[in-house]
Amino acid sequence: MKKVAISLLTIASFIFYSWHARNEQSNARATLPTTLPAQNSSSSPTTVQPMMSSGLKDGTFTGTPADAVYGNIQVQAVISSGKIVDVVFVSYPNDRNTSIQINQQAMPLLKQEAIQAQSASIDGVTGATDSSQAFIQSLSSALQQAKA
Amino acid sequence: MKQHIEHIMGMPINITTVHDNQAAVKEAFEYFRAIDNQYSTYKPDSEISKINNGLPKDAWSESMKLIFDLCEQTKEQTNGYFDIKRNGKIDPSGLVKGWSIKKAADLLLSKGVKDFYIEAGGDIQSYGLNHKKQAWRFGIRNPFNRNENVKIISAPGYGIATSGTYIRGQHIYNPFKPAQSITDIVSLTVIGPDIYGADRFATAAFAMGREGIRFIDGLAGFEGYLIDSDGIATSSQGFKEYVI
Repeated sequence: MKKVAISLLTIASFIFYSWHARNEQSNARATLPTTLPAQNSSSSPTTVQPMMSSGLKDGTFTGTPADAVYGNIQVQAVISSGKIVDVVFVSYPNDRNTSIQINQQAMPLLKQEAIQAQSASIDGVTGATDSSQAFIQSLSSALQQAKA
Repeated sequence: MKQHIEHIMGMPINITTVHDNQAAVKEAFEYFRAIDNQYSTYKPDSEISKINNGLPKDAWSESMKLIFDLCEQTKEQTNGYFDIKRNGKIDPSGLVKGWSIKKAADLLLSKGVKDFYIEAGGDIQSYGLNHKKQAWRFGIRNPFNRNENVKIISAPGYGIATSGTYIRGQHIYNPFKPAQSITDIVSLTVIGPDIYGADRFATAAFAMGREGIRFIDGLAGFEGYLIDSDGIATSSQGFKEYVI
């Protein structure tokens, strides 16, 4: 009789723990963004805290991809203690080659100077605004999720 | 001076004319909208989206085939740095942007508009003179402070394009000295015979990193101004001719 009781207790506790573990796992998963890529899984949130004064929940939130003309920019905002502690690039226009051989002694003919602000009047401006606008767009959508 | 701004192709497009040419300007914006409807990968009904979803080659429009030919040609001219294939999908928007600015400018010229510039997402094609009867003057935006310009340039009839980002998205490493990280480039401005050429070569040269300015320097008819993450700029040899 005693053996049966111990067996039942063992089975019950096993069921309880596996249920609990599974429940915990699904809780953790629920805080993860749906499109979290494998290479960034190390930045998954470890704790889930209630809303802080900033209105941002802790965790990692992935913004929607935004058009940067030459490709997509998609960022993840990592929130800790209600503050943005990191912004991770999930995708970025593939317009830089990481394996290019750079000769740092090169360019003897080309003039170099420190940039300096100019005050003369102008009719228009040339600049790379695309990436920064797409960055802001993707980040704000990530923060929307952190507020939701 | 009349400034018209509309938001098309995911960016503000600015058409500034000295004289009132509303009908022609309206037509130019309509052209940009048609381009967006054909080439936007964000529109499921665009021709490019249909092609990416398997539309057979014999159903492609002539204009699309021309763009693909130009992309292929540009890829060869830039030693493979200009590539429209990404994650198995085709996206020619890096070429279509400069191409469409040039075509819209041609449209304005054909309607008798002489003094104007078109600026789309920081890329410029200008013709004629401004309202003070001077050559149009453009600032190169400081990549570290968007309210400042670091050079004032003038290149009437030419195209001016800037490629870059102030965000350090990736680092470039020297494969021969992997432990030593080298400084990024943040902005590359290219002046060329027209914005179509300037834009696609700015895109490809930026991908080359620091070598990009040498690539531009070696291109006949093109000049460049590269800014690195330390705020040090490198000019191609003939760039100073355009500086005011």
